[in-house]
Amino acid sequence: MSSSAASPESGPLSLLVGTKKGAFFLRSDGDRRQWAIDGPHFFGHIVNHVVLDPRDRRTLLLAARTGHLGPTVFRSGDAGKSWKEASLPPAFPKLTRALERPDATSGMSGWQSAGSRRAFEPLPGGGPDVQIAEPPGGRVVDYVHWLTPGHASEPGVWYAGASPQSIFRSEDGGDTWQPVAGFNDHPMWATWTQAGEDGTPDGSLLHSINVDPRNPSHLYVGLSGGGVFESRDAGAGWRPLNAGSVADFLPDPNPEFGQDPHCVRVHPAAPDVLYQQNHCGIYRLERPSETWERIGDNMPREVGDIGFGIALHPRDPATVWVFPMDGTEVWPRTSPGGRPAVYVTRDAGRSWQRQDGGLPREQAWLTVYRQALCADAHAPVGVYFGTTSGELWASADEGERFACIAQHLPLIQSVEVAEWGG
Amino acid sequence: MGRVRVHLPPLLASYTGALREVDAEGETLAEVLEDLDRRFPGLRFRIVDEQDGLRPHIRFFVDRAQVKGLDASLEAGDEIHILQSLSGGL
Repeated sequence: MSSSAASPESGPLSLLVGTKKGAFFLRSDGDRRQWAIDGPHFFGHIVNHVVLDPRDRRTLLLAARTGHLGPTVFRSGDAGKSWKEASLPPAFPKLTRALERPDATSGMSGWQSAGSRRAFEPLPGGGPDVQIAEPPGGRVVDYVHWLTPGHASEPGVWYAGASPQSIFRSEDGGDTWQPVAGFNDHPMWATWTQAGEDGTPDGSLLHSINVDPRNPSHLYVGLSGGGVFESRDAGAGWRPLNAGSVADFLPDPNPEFGQDPHCVRVHPAAPDVLYQQNHCGIYRLERPSETWERIGDNMPREVGDIGFGIALHPRDPATVWVFPMDGTEVWPRTSPGGRPAVYVTRDAGRSWQRQDGGLPREQAWLTVYRQALCADAHAPVGVYFGTTSGELWASADEGERFACIAQHLPLIQSVEVAEWGG
Repeated sequence: MGRVRVHLPPLLASYTGALREVDAEGETLAEVLEDLDRRFPGLRFRIVDEQDGLRPHIRFFVDRAQVKGLDASLEAGDEIHILQSLSGGL
């Protein structure tokens, strides 16, 4: 396993918080003792993700929609002082005439009826125009869920993950977006994405777009549901990467695809190491292996290894944080026993330690979404999480002690660190 | 080409500079929306999806009669209301 860790950050930083009713930014200097809150921005918008471009440390992208208005992406070139909307937001191509032909869509009635998944499989021997599984009216982006800056060697490139599961790419800093046809129009797309069938409560979604820091053409994504997928040719071709990860909600608990990864992260300093918090456990994969190892089996049995988010130490590939939730019986998705805690491993998952310093001792039924657990790049590392009950918690000492730095916010969808440098 | 009057919901204020009523040109609802999008870039995609479907919680009325497609033909002097439907509850 090779490792090339960057030096720790020491400058000011912000937490970019996406909520159900807008975005909030909390800024601190390098010691991270005091935080100043700024917002709401885009008040009333459902803000799914706000991300700083680490290549220039001033461009921000923000994925939003409202209850009435369709999805879009806003861009700031001045660290959030001013914003402009993308002139061509992520969207599927308009349905072609070929796809509107009855013979081309006759196999797709299951889109509306949620019938057999086979109904979406490509027609054998069909031309390109009939291999794209489309609902009768064509596919529509419901919301943009995830934003990922492109490779360091490709300034201006960004990726977006959306619902229904799809990938879009921008080459101009998020102003115009094009579908990644290699995934969105893949002959197996409807089968991999379980189109028209199961999904998260807000619809099936594509998340966890990871770019290999050694190779801009090497990509990983997560599908909820669907599994982890990999491309080695800049998104032209894709393959499932799920061996070893369980799907205990399916008749076959070990399928090639169909799993439900909640969050997948490639280690920035050791890109052969991947971690995922899955619907069915915590996993680690070290390439070139193809088989995930369930490191969550080493969590305390009474806590389990179910959760949404996973955060990585920026320099130590063996250190990982998770925020366990109750996945028993009817899946309450809250802190087990009403006693919230972060769990950390410092030995790649062989052992886990409970971290609950500063957190409520009892009767605290917190839920933390997949994008709402993160770590900064300082030393010691800061660990942060936001809850659906609108609390933002921060630790400046790698999880030893947390403090609530904001409360009464709207439901928190995402928390990202912006390292401003300097 | 006919000139129509369009009444806009507060939802779109950030696009129109808070204008709630504007005149637009077009013989169909689609043409009127294209005209609006030229003057207020980005407005159309927030209320009409990439397959030309009306967003689920947006309603269009022509002379107080609801229309459900962009091919609705218009006449000069028509009054168009773009409204946000009563939905949600959270």
